[in-house]
Order: sequence, then C-alpha cells, then structure tokens
Amino acid sequence: MTRRPTLLFWAAFCVVLALLIVAPFALPEFWRRFLTEILIWGLLAMSSDILIGYTGMVSFGHSAFFGLGMYGAAAALLTTRPPSLWLALLYGLIAAAAVAAFVAYFSTRLRDIYFAITTLIFSQIFYVIIFTWTEVTGGENGLNFSRPALAIPGLFSLPFTTLTLYWFVLAVVTASYLVLRRVTRSPFGMVLQSIRENEARTRAIGYPVERYKIVAVMFSGLFAGLAGVLYAIQNRFAAPDFVFFVVSGETVIYNIMGGIGTLVGPIVGAAAFLLLREGLSRLFPYLAAVASQNGLALPGLAEFPYLIPLGVIFIAMVIFMPQGLLGFARRRLNE
Amino acid sequence: MSAADHTEPLIRVEDIHTFYGKSHILHGVSLEVRRGEIVGLLGRNGVGKSTTLKAIIGLVHPTRGAVLLEGKSIGHLPAHRLARLGIGYVPEDRRIFRLLTVSENLRTGLDGRGVSEARKKQLLDMVFDYFPVLAERRAQAGGTLSGGEQQMLAIARAMMLEPKIILLDEPTEGLMPRMVSQIRHIIHVLRREGVAVLLVEQNVPLTLETSERVYFMEKGVVRHQAPASELHADHEVVHKYLGV
Amino acid sequence: MLEQILIQTINGIVVGMILALVASGLTLIFGIMDVVNFAHGELFMLGAYVGVVTLAGTGSFWLALLVATMVVALLGAAIHVTTLRPLLGRDPLNTILATFGVSLVLQNYALWQFGPVARKIQEPLTGQFALFYLDYPWYRIMIALLSAAIIGALWLFLKYSTYGVWIRATTQDRLMAQAMGIPVPRLLTLVFAIGAGMAAASGVLFGPLVGVNHAMGLDWVLKAFIVVVVGGMGNLGGSIAASIFISLTESYASLWVSPSQAIIVSFVVLILTLLIRPTGLFVPTPK
Repeated sequence: MTRRPTLLFWAAFCVVLALLIVAPFALPEFWRRFLTEILIWGLLAMSSDILIGYTGMVSFGHSAFFGLGMYGAAAALLTTRPPSLWLALLYGLIAAAAVAAFVAYFSTRLRDIYFAITTLIFSQIFYVIIFTWTEVTGGENGLNFSRPALAIPGLFSLPFTTLTLYWFVLAVVTASYLVLRRVTRSPFGMVLQSIRENEARTRAIGYPVERYKIVAVMFSGLFAGLAGVLYAIQNRFAAPDFVFFVVSGETVIYNIMGGIGTLVGPIVGAAAFLLLREGLSRLFPYLAAVASQNGLALPGLAEFPYLIPLGVIFIAMVIFMPQGLLGFARRRLNE
Repeated sequence: MSAADHTEPLIRVEDIHTFYGKSHILHGVSLEVRRGEIVGLLGRNGVGKSTTLKAIIGLVHPTRGAVLLEGKSIGHLPAHRLARLGIGYVPEDRRIFRLLTVSENLRTGLDGRGVSEARKKQLLDMVFDYFPVLAERRAQAGGTLSGGEQQMLAIARAMMLEPKIILLDEPTEGLMPRMVSQIRHIIHVLRREGVAVLLVEQNVPLTLETSERVYFMEKGVVRHQAPASELHADHEVVHKYLGV
Repeated sequence: MLEQILIQTINGIVVGMILALVASGLTLIFGIMDVVNFAHGELFMLGAYVGVVTLAGTGSFWLALLVATMVVALLGAAIHVTTLRPLLGRDPLNTILATFGVSLVLQNYALWQFGPVARKIQEPLTGQFALFYLDYPWYRIMIALLSAAIIGALWLFLKYSTYGVWIRATTQDRLMAQAMGIPVPRLLTLVFAIGAGMAAASGVLFGPLVGVNHAMGLDWVLKAFIVVVVGGMGNLGGSIAASIFISLTESYASLWVSPSQAIIVSFVVLILTLLIRPTGLFVPTPK
C-alpha cells in the first residue's frame, strides 16, 4: 500500500462528500428526497456487497434484513411516546441482527446456488409471516407511523425537514461506508476474501470458514437493517412488499451494475438504476405526448413499462459488463 | 508412414501457448503426428502433456500458435466439431458415462453423424469383436464396470467415431499390470486399422514398444524428439526427462 | 374427517402433478447446464396467456395447449441463445442474474400487454362427479392424468431417443459429451426449450383452476425451487416424488390453516431437507 493511492482516495472522498453535502441546495424538493432514497438503497446494496463482493456468497435474503429493520423501527415508533429516533434504530438493528443470525445458521452450511436459493426462501418465509400476521404487522397494508425527531432527550428536539433528514442519512451512510471499508481491510476482511478466492484452501489452512460466513451474514444483515430503519424514518410506513424476494433481486442488480467488491460500486449502481428507472418512467409518457402533438397516435406508448428496457439493459450488463460500471471505468482509467 | 514421407502431417501443433486463468501452462509446444503413426509423448507429471492433448481436441483453446488438422487450422473450433472431423479423445480417468449402459456409451458418438444403420451395426460388431468383455456387459451401466473394462469402453467409444487419430491420455494408469498387455494389443489394433495414436504415458517400456517416435516434454515445452528405435539403447535421455 | 383427508389427498395429487410438470423442466435445465432458471415462473405464466389468446381465437382448449407449448418453447430457445449461451463457461451466478432480468422483462411485458385484470381459461371438460359430499370436477382428474402422460413421454424420450441419450450423457459429463461429437450448445438450447414448453403446458392446464394474471408465476417458481432442492437437483424422479409430497403436505395443512399460510409447511420441509439430507430427500444415499 503506497502513500499515493490512499492520498488520492481521501482527496476524492472529501470532494465527493462535499458535493453530496451541498447538492440538495441546488435541487428541488422531489430530487432531495430522491437523493435520500438513493443513499438508502445504496446502503442496502453496500451491505450486500460484503457477501457478494467480498465473501463470494450471493444472497437473496437482504429483503428480509431490510424489511425487519423497517418493521423493527416501526415497532419502536408505534409503541413509545414520544417516538424516539434512537429506539427506532435500536429495535430495527436488533430485529435485523436476529433475523440475520437465524438465516445465517441455516444457510451458511450450504454452498453457492443452494445458499442463494435458501436465502431467497427465507425472505419469502418472512414475507408470508408478515403478510398473514395482520394483528401484529398490519398484514397487506403495513404500518403507518410518524417520523421521529432528531432528539437527545432532555437537551433538544429538532423535527426533521427534508434537508436535515438528507444530511442525517448522508452521515449514517458515510459512517457505514467508513466502517465497512475498515472491516474489509482488516484481517477479518482478508479472510473473507480468501474464502471467496478459494474456500477449500482457506479451510485447509485452518480457518473455521462456517463461523466467518455466519459473522459475514450477520454483519451484512445489520447494515441492511440499518437501511431499513432509515427507509422507515423517511417514508413513515412499513409494508410487506419490501420483504418480497424481488427487492433482494434488485439489490443484487445494483451490486452488479455498480461493480461488486468495491463498496462504492453498489451505491453507484443503485444511483444509476434508480435514475435510469425515473428517467425511463418519464420518457415514455413524454414521447407519447410529443407523438400525439405531432398527430401520431401511439396507443400504449405512455404506459410502456419502463422496466422492460431496464431489464434488457441489466441483462446486457451481465453479459457484456460483468465488472459493473465501476469496474468498467476503472479499466478505462488504467488504459 | 515413415520419416521420409513429406506430405502434410495429420496433426501439426505449432508453438501453442495456453493459459489457465493467469497460469501459463504451455509455453510454445510444437509437434506433429503423421497418418497412421503411433507417437509417444513422455514427461514428468505436470509438464503439460494432458493440456497438449486437450488443445488438440479443442477442450482448451490456445491463445497463441496453431493447431492444424490435415493442414487446416482448427484451434478455434469447438470440441464437438473436432470429434466429428476425426479426432478421438480418451482422457485420463477414462470418464465414461457412468449412468449410461455400455451400449448407450458406444452409441453417443455414433448418432447424428448421418451414419447408416448398416454401418452402425458394422462398427458395433467390430468393437464387440475386439472387446468381447464389452459385448457381455452391453446392457450394464458403465459405472459398474471394472477399471480395465472402463478403459476398454473409453477407447471403444472413441473408435465408434471412426477417427483418424486417437489421443490416449495415460491409458495404463491405475490398471493392473496384466492389463498393460491389453492396452498394447489395442494400440496394435489401432495401427492395423490405420488410426494414428498420440500416446501420453508414464509407462516408458510400453511407450517405447508401441511408438515409432517419441517426444519429450518439460515445463510446458517439447524439448526433444527421437525415433523409438534409438531410445531402446539410450537410457540417458529417458532419465533426463522422466527422472526414472 | 376422513372424507376431508381423502379429498385433500386428491387435491394434493392434482396440484402435485402440475407442480411436477413445472419442476421437471426446471430440474432438467439445472441438471444439464447448471442454470437456475428464475424466469421459469414467467414461462408458466406466458404459457397460460398464450392459451387464453388461442382459446379466444379458436375455441379449442387442446389447440391452445399445443400452441402455448410450441410458442413458449420457441421463446425459451430464443432466450437461451441470446442471454444464456454467451454466459457459457462463466460463473453460475451470472445465469441466476440473467434469468432474473429475463423474468422482470417477461412479467412487465405481460402486464403491459394484458393488463392487471385476471383472465380465465374455460376448462375443456365440464361436469363433476360425486366425491363424498362434494361435486368434484372431472377436469381436475384430467389434469393429473395429462401431466402424468406428459412426464411419461419425457421419460421415454430421455431413455430411448437419440437426443435423450445425448441429454443424459451431457448431464453427466459435458466435456466428454463434446469430445464424443455431441453438439452440446445446440443441445442445451433444446433442453431449455423443452423445459419452457413444459412450463407453458402446466400454465395452460392450471389456467382453468385460477385466474391467469401476470404475477401468477412468482408463486410457482418458488414452489418449484423448493421441489427441485428437496427432490435433488437434476434428479427427475426425485422432483416428481417431491412435488407430490410437498403438495400433499400443503393440502393437508390447509385443513387447519389458511392456504397462504400453508406454504410455510413447504418452507419447513425445505429447511429440514437442507439440514438433514441436503442432496435431496428422494435421492439414494451417495456411496
């Protein structure tokens, strides 16, 4: 590790962080919230990168961790008066950790595809439980609650505005990134990467691979749950849809699009995907409007599902750009 | 079929390099096999003998250099095309289809080639003639056969393709000593049928007895070539490349 | 009580046979090319829709069944050639993602093309017979028999036809199959097409029992995955046995809990399988 790259890294980090801090001033309300959501999904994708990018385990269980974080926060916000931000975080993280431990115990003894399928099934198990246990979870309709204030009891209480919530989320996500970065470079992180490269050899050297995997899943689940708590705070509702395995699938998409094993890549991937989705969802009604203004009646164009070209782009990326946007950019920069 | 024959060899490998991930396995291998010739390829474990065979059958594609079949470049073609063009492959560990019967194993190379039913029967009869044990066990699953029987099946299966050359990778490995004479007999049969053989072996006496020429490999390159007749007397060369 | 159990047994077998049809395609595909086809449920769903359209156009259920199978089989071949063949030799993770992407595209296509309202397929055989206190539809029995027939045909195909031998050989050892001259890439496309066709047939057969809508595939792909794991990945006989087993346990469970909760039973079976016998409940112990 020479001095140069780290200096460059921290310089870039500060620049990006500064940009992100001032960005909302230049953006209208909708886009401020949009940016906040990008950060939250980015955090979820980053947590998943620990497993996919660093340990080589593809997990579809993240929707369970995310969802339980969300519902945990909901539990805190609905049961305590006044609703406490810190309790929401605490409940959410505990719920996510518990679920992660449960899932980790059963699925880490399996490899590759079996692991992926098992985590997927577990997501669905939690989905079904949440969906049908209406008395506790609100079932299909989910739970609604109010947003807590940024408060230290006894000192001050500042209700969140879109702006201050954005900065809070930015702070949490940045801190998470720094923590995760530290962890991936620690001896623990090195063992994870060694497991990804050659599990048999790592085991032969003497590392208790299963235990490392369980810790990796729990760690990953914790940050996924954190993302869930942030989501709950921002949107003030919890719904079973977020526990459905498709959310896990989308998370994996962000990872692939951005570039696995980079921590930052998944955030970029999430941003790219969400922006693309927003753009495409506006494109087709716009095209239809333009067409009809010019006398062309194109029925169905306005409602054209933007997820189709998005899906096609994703598939093309899997085939042609498996290193993701970041990997692709890295290649270009090195040439 | 002698060294004085100047026509295009059946198989010509020119300076091929292969990689396995980042590992550089073959560092420029060159050799040739003429029609109907029996050629040996000797060397220590891990020098790249099996990889060379795999490059010829197209299971590995060289990143540099050329593989030529009757003068035409085949290095980029997929293995199933090369099998149809007349290259038979008998890998280390035989790798017969364990859950298929002996007959089904034999049939795999036969079908879809546009071969008439009459010719199919002829080939099967020929193979069962040469390998009566297989005829006995034709309805048995491949996995139930003994090691020697599986080896025969692996070779017989390749013969069903009516190949011009058969690549034999360590046919005597793991077999009892008395099976070695069986392998020798099979190689003679192949010569009689006009099929060329590229034989990779650890069993030096067998190789020297059956081959006309022998190549020696070391660290991913072919280092030496000699007619078998010379090598019977000269043990030094063999020592040098095999450490035996 | 006994009557309820017997009725649920029959229901379980009926649903189990359709599930077996769906799962056979999935396990065949996995066995030969190590691809976990996330889009399988969508192929099921599209089969049902093509059935709806053909039925509306021709009035014949049987034609609908045939056309749906053929059309979706062709679609399957196209999907394989464009998205899966380029991924041959790459990490299996890529195929999971690619098929996931395909499932997104297909699902949204169906939503756009047919709208969110469920359609109905008329069953070809109306009429019921008296089963204890119920009027049990003949159609359900027919589904079970038809599914069994299709699976039987598949089994015969695999055992005796040239392509069947090739498929079995390639499933065991893809490299040696190539060395024997078997055109493996084309064969893989064929298998994917067969799997897709079978999923489509299941969709049409199942159509009259429920409404046909764009999300119907999700439920099935999940159950099919459970079946494939419990039955043993790539093990055709195992998936059929597992399909019946899981459907029966779910049917019995729905005597006590609601159907949407009954699926938890399947999850439990899966977890137990993974803990006790991860290679599959219905697979003979490997020596």
